[in-house]
Amino acid sequence: MSEKHPPQHAGGEPAGRAQQPTPAAEETAALVSVDTAGGAMEPSAVPATAQSGQLPGGPDTLLRKIFTGSGMVSVLAVLLALIIGGLLIASTDKQVATTATYLFARPTDFLAAVWNAATRSYIALFQGSVFNPRGNGVAAQFAPFMETLTIATPLITAGLGVALAFRAGLFNIGAQGQIIVAGILAAWVGFALDLPMGLHLLLVLVAGIIGGAFWGGLVGVLKARTGAHEVILTIMFNYIALYFLRYLLNTPAFQRPGESNPISPILDPTAVYPQIFGSQYRLHLGFLLAIAATVLVWWLLNRSTVGFEFRAVGANPKAAQTAGINVSRSTILVMALAGGLAGMSGVAQVAGTEKVLTDGVAATYGFDAITVALLGRSTPWGTFAAGLLFGAFRAGAVQMQIQTGTPIDIVLVVQSLIVLFIAAPPLVRAIFGLNPRRRKPARPAKSREAATTGGAA
Amino acid sequence: MAGVATLGASALLLTACGAAPEAGSTSTAEASDYTGCIVSDSGGFDDQSFNQSSYEGLKKAETDLGIKVNQVESKTNNDFEPNLRAMVSAGCDLTVTVGFLLGDATKAQAEANPDSHFAIVDFGYETPIANVKPIIYDTAQAAFLAGYLAAGTTKTGTVATFGGIKLPTVTIFMDGYADGVKYYNEQKGKDVKLLGWNKEAQDGSFTGDFEKQDVGKQLTQNFLDQGADIVMPVAGPVGKGAGSALKEAKAAGKDVKLIWVDSDGYLTAPDYKDIMLSSVMKTMGDAVEAVVKDDKEGNFDNTPYVGTLANDGVQLAPFHDLDSQVPAELKSELEQIKKDIIDGKLKIESEASPKA
Repeated sequence: MSEKHPPQHAGGEPAGRAQQPTPAAEETAALVSVDTAGGAMEPSAVPATAQSGQLPGGPDTLLRKIFTGSGMVSVLAVLLALIIGGLLIASTDKQVATTATYLFARPTDFLAAVWNAATRSYIALFQGSVFNPRGNGVAAQFAPFMETLTIATPLITAGLGVALAFRAGLFNIGAQGQIIVAGILAAWVGFALDLPMGLHLLLVLVAGIIGGAFWGGLVGVLKARTGAHEVILTIMFNYIALYFLRYLLNTPAFQRPGESNPISPILDPTAVYPQIFGSQYRLHLGFLLAIAATVLVWWLLNRSTVGFEFRAVGANPKAAQTAGINVSRSTILVMALAGGLAGMSGVAQVAGTEKVLTDGVAATYGFDAITVALLGRSTPWGTFAAGLLFGAFRAGAVQMQIQTGTPIDIVLVVQSLIVLFIAAPPLVRAIFGLNPRRRKPARPAKSREAATTGGAA
Repeated sequence: MAGVATLGASALLLTACGAAPEAGSTSTAEASDYTGCIVSDSGGFDDQSFNQSSYEGLKKAETDLGIKVNQVESKTNNDFEPNLRAMVSAGCDLTVTVGFLLGDATKAQAEANPDSHFAIVDFGYETPIANVKPIIYDTAQAAFLAGYLAAGTTKTGTVATFGGIKLPTVTIFMDGYADGVKYYNEQKGKDVKLLGWNKEAQDGSFTGDFEKQDVGKQLTQNFLDQGADIVMPVAGPVGKGAGSALKEAKAAGKDVKLIWVDSDGYLTAPDYKDIMLSSVMKTMGDAVEAVVKDDKEGNFDNTPYVGTLANDGVQLAPFHDLDSQVPAELKSELEQIKKDIIDGKLKIESEASPKA
């Protein structure tokens, strides 16, 4: 099998493969050629370009639709999310409730209250995540953006881990456990060892990455050797990691001297990431490493033989095996790499922001990472962007809560709505009646076709 | 869908016919510039435990003292620092933080903002910080009474307890409870057994979190099978799991009882009124309100507030509906023990007791 396949799909394919006259036809064709390795192999149930872990035969076109949607649809998606979210916010607002009691006597009051409640919240969200014009000086004005980058850091690296495994056809739910194990090792190195500056931090980072890679790799080994399903394995490994962490935090070795609360000593100053722009922001070196990791994953997937093997295995393990790829080795390696990336999130947590180990060290990053990877279409830079978006939401939620008194749960509902609409333009099209005439359900000839050619509309 | 819409619309119609207030009318309630703020831990303000009690205390201060209140819930441990920072920059005079997990973040913000005042619930610092007032509880004192009460009320000679997560603020309940049972045995020459906690080994039964009620139910079921008839769950909402297991046992004809913790369960968990023997209360709301009041009047200090039986910071709740099942003799013994503890004649010790 050669890596050099033609950009356009090769001739000599079955007739049913004729290109659809859609705006994205060219892209579709390119995707098909990747799926079939330029015609060198049969199209697989899960196309290489959409190895996001969906079950074979399941609809995989949704994610592609996200990014082939026209600009108009994206604008409408955001607009719709803002409107519905705004109504939700308004429904919890006291002023709205008050004015609603005399809606008929003076409806303008009610409408003004609804408008105020919604806009105030969104302004707070923006001010909490990007730019706060009320800050004293430029430094304070950009503090929210720095906070967004800080929160995005663990999301990006864990998201990359999940995305990488997706591309190899593995649904890695185990980022949470990988972050935890990485956090345990990194934190222990950080507070128990006494090493000089530089070396200490390096060792913390290495320990964390090894911890995550070990935890992920173990899943890979079990999957490769026994065929056990990675979804079950990773979910269970999350529990093992969490309860093991809780056990450790109840042992004196992981507690502060003289205290019995399950919280570790603070990491040595030599073991924590330096803050990039000084102590006024929490943004730490981990963010630069997250950028580096994104570049690395991009290079790995798109420029290296190993990455090509991952994608081939993801497309069709049997075909990959026939073509001489060691599928077991690829499975173990990709899970170890995914674990190592998630491990960087663990390090970002203990050495970047938290500086201690508690049983909440992984927060919900391991699970948010799955959404981030899906939203990012399992591509490195897409994941990076999705991580930033989520980081902004998280950072903005604080201001939204404080400035407007919107309950945090509503804030999260609104943010989920925004993600939902951004991720599902077909839904938006349906709502605004923009859907093209419904195509006939799968013609017989299409069944042999890779699903990628199905709907690029 | 249509039904819901109709319902909603008619509800709106019913409520929408009120008269508009006069334009320009202003509230006459006296408003204060003082702002009290609170940051929860990841349990949120509806945890039926210390977050909720502290929040209610601050809300009470809002009505009673006319202060402004700002609250923010933390969803994960990551939120602590940004939340606290945002509170300080929002101009809070006093920020209440809840739980040991916020200890580091509170310390950092307190040191960075020496002019702001802080209070932290259920956590004390080894070295006091000038602008942080810890609010802590010697819960073992009240739990001791509960243990004595349980031992004196049990019909089967076996009582039980379990915790949510093995934290000092949880095990202090269990230590006091165990000591109360032991004291009863010593005084009366009885042999009432305690399941779920071994004070010497500092080990016992835990559900693993403060959420899974079914685990609490299962655990309680096991205790019942081993002959226990009184259970004290120290696990926040998981206590409801214990309550439902006991309720089922009662429906099956067993004579079982529940001891609630943190608040008076007769009022806060009324589903279990008919089996609620008593509760080990920590009056956090009152303490928070008192600290806010002191600070507002300019009397802030950083000496820890330690809730004890003496200052009613911890209490054994009334027996309510089960009052008739507690013998008068036992009641007077409990009064005597309470007096002895307050006078210092009886010392209740727990590894988790506040070191103050």
